Amino acid sequence: MIWSIAWRNIWRNKTRSLVIITAITLGIFAGVFIIAFLYGWVQQRIDAVIQTEVSHIQLHHPAYLSSQELTDYMVLNDTLQKALAQQTAIQHHTTRLLSSGMIASAETKAGVQLIGVVPETEIAVTNLHTHLVAGTYLEGIKRNPIVIGQQLAKTLNVKLRSKLVITLSEMDGTLTKATFRVAGIYTTANTAYDETKVFVRQQDLRRLLKAPASITHEIAILVHENGVEDAVVQELGTAMPTLDIATWKTLMPEIQMMHENMSVMTAVFVGIILLALGFGIVNTMLMVILERIPEIGMTMAIGMNTRSIFLMILAETLCLAMVGGLVGILLALVLIRFTQYTGIDLSLWAAGLQATGFDTVIYPQITLIEILKVTCLVILTGILAALYPAKKAISLNPSEALRTR
Amino acid sequence: MNVLEIQHLVKEYTDADTPVRAIDGISLTVAAGEFTAIVGPSGSGKTSLLNMIGGLDTPTSGTIHVQQQNITQLTAAQRIDFRRNHIGFVFQSYNLIPVLTAIENVALILQLQGVSKKERQQRAVELLTAVGLQDRIHSRPANLSGGQQQRVAVARALASRPTFVLADEPTANLDSKATENLLQIMQQLNKEEGTTFIFSTHDQRVINKARRIITVEDGKIHTDEQVVPDSATTLAPMV
Repeated sequence: MIWSIAWRNIWRNKTRSLVIITAITLGIFAGVFIIAFLYGWVQQRIDAVIQTEVSHIQLHHPAYLSSQELTDYMVLNDTLQKALAQQTAIQHHTTRLLSSGMIASAETKAGVQLIGVVPETEIAVTNLHTHLVAGTYLEGIKRNPIVIGQQLAKTLNVKLRSKLVITLSEMDGTLTKATFRVAGIYTTANTAYDETKVFVRQQDLRRLLKAPASITHEIAILVHENGVEDAVVQELGTAMPTLDIATWKTLMPEIQMMHENMSVMTAVFVGIILLALGFGIVNTMLMVILERIPEIGMTMAIGMNTRSIFLMILAETLCLAMVGGLVGILLALVLIRFTQYTGIDLSLWAAGLQATGFDTVIYPQITLIEILKVTCLVILTGILAALYPAKKAISLNPSEALRTR
Repeated sequence: MNVLEIQHLVKEYTDADTPVRAIDGISLTVAAGEFTAIVGPSGSGKTSLLNMIGGLDTPTSGTIHVQQQNITQLTAAQRIDFRRNHIGFVFQSYNLIPVLTAIENVALILQLQGVSKKERQQRAVELLTAVGLQDRIHSRPANLSGGQQQRVAVARALASRPTFVLADEPTANLDSKATENLLQIMQQLNKEEGTTFIFSTHDQRVINKARRIITVEDGKIHTDEQVVPDSATTLAPMV
């Protein structure tokens, strides 16, 4: 009966109820959509980090990441191969030889990092080959093919099949030069990456560096599903305690921080929306109580206890909050679904976004957990917003309330 | 058997730092089955007296016993239980819950008492039939006339089988026909069911139907007389 009275009471003043329900709907709609937008925005960056730039896990010599020295390499021995093979959570892995060098075209030169890959295993771990805007992924050119970023191609003013001269140090420190020919040009959402990372065949780089066949600087690992990488790192660490084994979160702490900050940011954003809505609900419910003083006095007089009156006000407030909240969530889900197909084009701010590695077309995403969190927060707001009006209602003196006109 | 015994009842208010004695030492008893009117001019103290009898307000001093239970010693929560189980209220301004139908308004108090759905529906229909509203049980108050709303209020007051019904100016907002109709129903319930009614009123039409008239002036009982209903004939002065 309490819920029935509460629900019917809402519609006693349709205009007032619809105004506050609309406010709640818009607030929750905006809150949920912003969460989905930010989540999609950051998730796309994380996906790019995992799928294109870093992959889930990387193995290095313990000194390599700080020294970047060619001599800080790992030996691909049986222990390492066996440890990798034993991890069922690993989907694929690939080895890389790494070197810094100077790349020069006929017009200009630039500093780059050369990544010597085995194309057959590399394409199973990273998706850079899907980002090609021209040419192929190290195919079609017999001698020293190279894949470079579009941004670097612009800087060097080169195109497909252009010659590039790369100067680098051999393993013993001797400077050497080699001519490469552009086999492919790629572009990612990260212009800094595009400008500095060039890909060559591992066998070509190994020959240039005069590196033994058994050594590698980096092993990149793709696991079957996100979230298991920490456990894999722990197990690999036990098997190979002398290696530096890290997830993308450690290798790119700024992305991890952004991921964590996003949670805080969305919580603050939704918190502000709910706080404002909460005060709106309190105001509405106080008006309701003021209008119904004689009625509340009558219900007290006929024997409705304070708990039931409190629950009645609480139920009415919750009905208001839940109707607005659920409609807001539904509308937001419709828009999220729509923009998941169309994307949200932010190309007006492309330069700034790409400089920091972000896509210019955002595809909002939201998880069931986030929706449940918002729903719980709406309920919590309803409960908190009901407390003061309900307290006012139950503190009424029935005989005085009945005299109120 | 007395259902109500009041001893030396005093109620003082403070109005702008000036103490006002609304009830000044009233003592009275009401027997089961009485049809009693408490009359007096505005401000005489009749509503204050009714509020204290109904447990809506507490006296400054004195005692009120309802069926041997001293209600002046009850806590606020106990007074709510007392009102739910012992008192039926009929107010001046109908005071039904507007979002509930007639049957729901009557059944509400039974639900508060924990009566089963089937039983409260049955009792509510019986009572609404008794007050002549069997064809309006699913109407909301806004769709009922003033007289019909007040009859629903009477049905609700009787739903919990109270010790007595307190009616505060029940006919103040009714026209002559509705007043006559309501009084007839209440008289009938009084005679046939033995329901005790205590009114506060200054409506002569109600006074004429009462079998006992207690006149209150300045917070004191001025007269208390048994009368023949529908006439002003005094039977026997009690004070």
